[in-house]
Amino acid sequence: MVKKIIMKSYLGLVLLFMYLPIIVLIVFSFNESKSRGNWTGFTFKWYGELFKNSQIKEALYNTLLIALISALIAVVIGTFAAIGIHNMKKFRKTVVMNLTYLPVLNPDIVTGVSLMIMFVFIGTFINMKLGFFTMLLAHITFNIPYVILSVLPKLKQMNKHMYEAALDLGASSFYALRKVILPEIMPGIISGFLLAFTLSVDDFVISYFTTGSGVSNLSITIYSMARTGVKPTINALSTLMFAGVLLLLFIINIRSSKENKKRNQFNS
Amino acid sequence: MNKKWVSYPYLIWMVIFIVIPSFLILFYAFTTKDEQGIRFTLDNFYRFCNPIFISVLFKSLGLALLSTLVCLIVGYPIALILASKDYSKRAIFSMLFIIPMWMNFLLRTYAWLTLLEKHGIINSVLSFFHLPAINILYTNGAVVLGMVYNFIPFMILPIYTVLMKIDSKLVEAAQDLGGNGFTVFRRIILPLSVPGVMSGLTMVFMPAVTTFVISKLLGGGQYTLIGNLIERQFLTVYDWNFGSAISIVMMIFILISIGIMSKFDEDKGGGAALW
Amino acid sequence: MKKVLSSILGLAIVLSVGTSLAGCGDTTSSGKVTLKVYNWGDYIGENVVKKFEDKYNIKVVYDTFADNEIMYAKLKSGGSDYDVAIPSDYMIKRMINEDMVNKIDFNNIPNYKYIDAKFKDLAYDPKNEYSVPYMWGTVGIIYNKTMVKEPVDSWNILWDKKYDKQIFMLDSQRDSIGITLKKLGYSLNTKNLDELEKAKEELIMQKDIVQAYVGDEVKDKMILGEAAMAVVWSGDAVFMKKENPDLEYSIPQEGSNLWFDSMVILKNTKHQKEAEMFINFMCETNIAFENTDYIGYSTPQTETKKMLSADLLKDKAAYPSDEQMKICEVFEDLSASIKDYDRIWTEITAK
Repeated sequence: MVKKIIMKSYLGLVLLFMYLPIIVLIVFSFNESKSRGNWTGFTFKWYGELFKNSQIKEALYNTLLIALISALIAVVIGTFAAIGIHNMKKFRKTVVMNLTYLPVLNPDIVTGVSLMIMFVFIGTFINMKLGFFTMLLAHITFNIPYVILSVLPKLKQMNKHMYEAALDLGASSFYALRKVILPEIMPGIISGFLLAFTLSVDDFVISYFTTGSGVSNLSITIYSMARTGVKPTINALSTLMFAGVLLLLFIINIRSSKENKKRNQFNS
Repeated sequence: MNKKWVSYPYLIWMVIFIVIPSFLILFYAFTTKDEQGIRFTLDNFYRFCNPIFISVLFKSLGLALLSTLVCLIVGYPIALILASKDYSKRAIFSMLFIIPMWMNFLLRTYAWLTLLEKHGIINSVLSFFHLPAINILYTNGAVVLGMVYNFIPFMILPIYTVLMKIDSKLVEAAQDLGGNGFTVFRRIILPLSVPGVMSGLTMVFMPAVTTFVISKLLGGGQYTLIGNLIERQFLTVYDWNFGSAISIVMMIFILISIGIMSKFDEDKGGGAALW
Repeated sequence: MKKVLSSILGLAIVLSVGTSLAGCGDTTSSGKVTLKVYNWGDYIGENVVKKFEDKYNIKVVYDTFADNEIMYAKLKSGGSDYDVAIPSDYMIKRMINEDMVNKIDFNNIPNYKYIDAKFKDLAYDPKNEYSVPYMWGTVGIIYNKTMVKEPVDSWNILWDKKYDKQIFMLDSQRDSIGITLKKLGYSLNTKNLDELEKAKEELIMQKDIVQAYVGDEVKDKMILGEAAMAVVWSGDAVFMKKENPDLEYSIPQEGSNLWFDSMVILKNTKHQKEAEMFINFMCETNIAFENTDYIGYSTPQTETKKMLSADLLKDKAAYPSDEQMKICEVFEDLSASIKDYDRIWTEITAK
């Protein structure tokens, strides 16, 4: 019993730690003044401004789209990469893993600038300008290592012989992959997707250098505002995004507990 | 599974988008531009061998190491708790740890300023209860707090995904054989979770060495870190040669650190590489 | 669950292909010209761009950058195709030296006559060929009157041990080293190593009593009373004083920095005429008023100034006197000496 209480309190404490800044952000989205810390009164005006601001809306659209697509593509490439790497021999594995670490350990400026130069160079041969597509390529590039790092532990944890057993029982290798391996590593895949999506949403430097004119994402817009002060309009946006995600979670939670009830009804 | 070809799409991607840009950086690091044009030189590396720069590098490595360890100590129990919850609640709770990261990083860090300042929210609450004020801003403590805040999901998730599938029968067997909770943890759960821990350590330590925005805002710009130094070379000074050289030195140090860490991952093939 | 995922994936692929295809070419099918403008974030009146688009039937692609250096790195690499940009003084000098900007045909900018003569023939563009001023200001000390009871008229007050940990310095090489040079009586554009070393010694000495080197977050900090004094830009000072009437701004007698953000036309622009139209539009009196009113920084326009409130014009932070402006220097491009500044800054901040 005591153990349960300790566990619950610790979880609650860490969750509070995670959400304190978010609560501050939400509260100050209703602040009368532009200031981030000086409360002068309650207002909805920043929300009104948000709906009129097309630059922010476009940036939000770009951000979400790039995050979603790059995370999905990174998950596909990265999962198969992890499977391949898992079966490589020691030397090759070391080389590939160390190269994989490069986007993770390099400062954003180095990754961003080197990719930009490469894109500009390639752009002199084929008709490719910096823009949405190059930003997408850059995001996929820094997302894949995180997917690989998320999936590899699950591959390691998986029983080595399950795949062989499936083959022995007559499955084609593709069927074995689909029905045996993928379900086992699925938590790693999902976790990799979430981490990749998160990185993508928040990226500034790499996005800035690999995008072209007319394509901005939310981070670029926000960091560019820092000099004169980030307006609470952005707080309003964050609050709405947060509310939206919570709502989504809530709906999924209700649907899955309904499914659980149905399953239990069948089983009883 | 011996189908190595599944990794080929990634290998091609890797060569184009990681190897080639890295050659660009290497090119910048080993060359310099002057009146005679571009020539090969080791000057950029010699320049870095100044005790000031070396001390900046080690300070960054030390701070990153500290933050990573705190992340591990705080995050591992969370992963354990999440893994022990029943199936439906797990997913929701693990999402709860990721969602704060979807709010913009600069805003989140500004919010910490609002919380931690002398006249900030935490101190306002404390003074309301006549408790002494805390003055943690502009100390290493604030920087570690900021780092842990931003990196902890990257520690929790990989450990959690491994812990959730630890065969409960192994745990039961250990308990049957007379092991108490702590022994079971030390001998069964912890070793089995190592692949997840290795991934977590990697995903936190590496970016932590080069992150500097957190230290700039919460620690004050009066302390240069290696990420800061590199960015200044690329932007303010526009000396890409020197910046690239520093990058490469730092890269080598980090890869060596990870190589040492992975010695603990006895079972080859976990989330790290052997040097 | 799988169905949801695969439909999201399908939708995303369709949207992305559509978006990247749509982003080609900078003349729309209706033949409208597209002008690309590159400015600081949140640095233009809310409806100004729309008004320009409506008036001249030109589509504007408006992008933002976070600071001069990052803008320069992007432009220098050749990957972008902006037509108009609004960098700061020393950066414009560098861009002129490196042939990154076009000369402006001032016959197309009749509204240039509204720019105050004080703001022409500036050091970074002495013959007024390449730039038109947009916003300007000074650097000075903002202090909290309740915490500082003595007159603030010298940079030395930032070194006064009485204000231990009550001082904020700027986390910017040129600004912090610059004001220290001014304090010692040197030029803030000096390349003289002896002078720089002396400035370094001063800053290292000061470090113990400084609470922190801060960036843009200094505004809220001073409003909340986190320190007694800080080095800030005048435009921010105006905002801070409004939020906290206890604050006051002063330009020390040793002199300070005078800064400008000006509009330039980038090399390789295919729309020189339209770019000049945009710059001319920004110099229209009413438009300039919208800009200065929204941003809160000082305008170089004479007619626009007449539209401002008397209180604002009296505010020495927003519109300093001529004597105050005389003792201020504009930043020059340091070219190779920036390496010395950076080494010194690293030595100051590495301890």
